[in-house]
Amino acid sequence: MANIIEIKNITKKFGADTAVNDVTFSVKAGEIFAFLGPNGAGKSTTIKMLTTLLSPTSGKIIVDGHDPAIEPDKVRRSFGIVFQDPSLDDELTAYENMDFHGILYDVPGDIRKVRIRQLLEFVELWDRRGSLVKEFSGGMKRRLEIARGLLHHPKVFFLDEPTLGLDPQTRNHMWNYLSDLNRLENTTIFFTTHYMEEAEQMAQRIAIIDHGKIIAIGAPAELKETTGKESLEEAFLALTGTAIRDEAEGNSANAMRMRMWHGVKR
Amino acid sequence: MFKKIYILWLRQLKRYSRSKSRIVGSLAQPLLFLFALGYGFGAVYQKAGEGSYIDFLTPGIVGMSIIFTSIFSGMEIIWDRQFGFLKEMMVAPMSRFEIMVGRTLGGATVATLQGAIVLAIAIVLGGFVPYSWPAVFPAILAMFLVAVLFCAMGTMVASLLNDMQGFQLIMNFLIMPLFFLSGALFPLQGIPKAISAIAAMNPLSYGIDAFRALLINASHYGLPVDLAVLCSVTAVFIFLGSYFFSKVQI
Ligand SMILES: Nc1ncnc2c1ncn2[C@@H]1O[C@H](COP(=O)(O)OP(=O)(O)OP(=O)(O)O)[C@@H](O)[C@H]1O
Ligand SMILES: [Mg+2]
Repeated sequence: MANIIEIKNITKKFGADTAVNDVTFSVKAGEIFAFLGPNGAGKSTTIKMLTTLLSPTSGKIIVDGHDPAIEPDKVRRSFGIVFQDPSLDDELTAYENMDFHGILYDVPGDIRKVRIRQLLEFVELWDRRGSLVKEFSGGMKRRLEIARGLLHHPKVFFLDEPTLGLDPQTRNHMWNYLSDLNRLENTTIFFTTHYMEEAEQMAQRIAIIDHGKIIAIGAPAELKETTGKESLEEAFLALTGTAIRDEAEGNSANAMRMRMWHGVKR
Repeated sequence: MFKKIYILWLRQLKRYSRSKSRIVGSLAQPLLFLFALGYGFGAVYQKAGEGSYIDFLTPGIVGMSIIFTSIFSGMEIIWDRQFGFLKEMMVAPMSRFEIMVGRTLGGATVATLQGAIVLAIAIVLGGFVPYSWPAVFPAILAMFLVAVLFCAMGTMVASLLNDMQGFQLIMNFLIMPLFFLSGALFPLQGIPKAISAIAAMNPLSYGIDAFRALLINASHYGLPVDLAVLCSVTAVFIFLGSYFFSKVQI
């Protein structure tokens, strides 16, 4: 199988800080790949470089045969993304956010209508389709982000903590939908999460990044074997240590996590 | 491609039509200027033998509402960035140039609407009479051209700033000087050389001069000069705006 994502010696510096430090790995077409690491490890920064939002300080990336730094427009045609941070237009309705996305991604009118309805129903927002997003709770916004991300069917999905703050029902739905896409359309799935059971269940391969460096890569079983642990959670802690990361980015991510859980539970 | 530009344009219009407070707020200031200055200086202006000040001032205030609205529209990119929506646009399969064109046309449409509303209010409440009614339509086209110019300028400025921190600076050192040194409030004839030279380097001067040519049949530079300058400066700012916007990283 061909590699749909290739990352070679990628480094990203923000001023004097190195967020991603000489990272090399690849993802095969059709693979479900988990990218794990503690807060501030460099996961989101890597995803931003893969999705043309940031250019690397050095190194080379290939996504679906093109370098995002050189041919961003070609790369953009190959992927879909669910961001870690909010990215909806608050002044538009739920339906308008979906429709806007569908048009930007060239989803034909009839398919667009059917899918928007199907996806909004499955995140239970169809009844609220006419409401402005600013009137939504944190959890509702998150569900809308997921629904919007799944509206077009790309070759690669990047999902940056997609299940952050989602209720178990929506989480299940989402993974079923993604597994189907993966099976039927051979869609590559590249996701990050802090729920180790989720990674263990879904991922065929896992890379663990810490302080900007890849410290382990392999199938869940291999990671457990090399660390001699029973679960992925234990293996993860053995590899990354138990110290809590207090990065600025990590704190805000945690704050958001709390907020979103609140929104869902209410 | 046109569908994507259209949906970006439509988004700007929807956002505008939904924020009633923004519509009212951005009309209040030009109308205050129009009526306070128009009636305040009207008598002095007439004594100096220059005719009706409201007639002279109206095209200037139309220009004012257009420059404010369009620079702010261009700068809305900063909000989109803060609220995260810019990411959604920037990873979509379209070029940064298309994003810039769609947003600029949307912002310019909004600004032109604002300018037209100010003009309508001046006609209905201020007693302003255009010298020729058919010339109002080309005047609105000229308003759109000026709006595109300043939207593109706003996009360029926003691409160079990271957050709203620089906003006061932009207000005080860009928008205010452009407005006050443009001939919006005073005739460009017989003013000190230095000010006249500065006004001649200000694209808004040509915009307002074009409005005057079409609305009250009086012009300082001449309509062909106005249009030539406006078109070329607009082209330059669209180029600069899309260049700097294409460099934006998130
Ligand atoms: N725009 C930026 N400017 C400066 N530093 C940044 C920027 N974006 C990220 N960083 C830094 O880069 C490092 C990696 O951040 P990144 O967002 O990639 O972490 P992450 O692995 O996604 O963490 P989390 O699990 O908290 O989402 C952090 O130290 C963060 O502070
Ligand atoms: Mg992250």
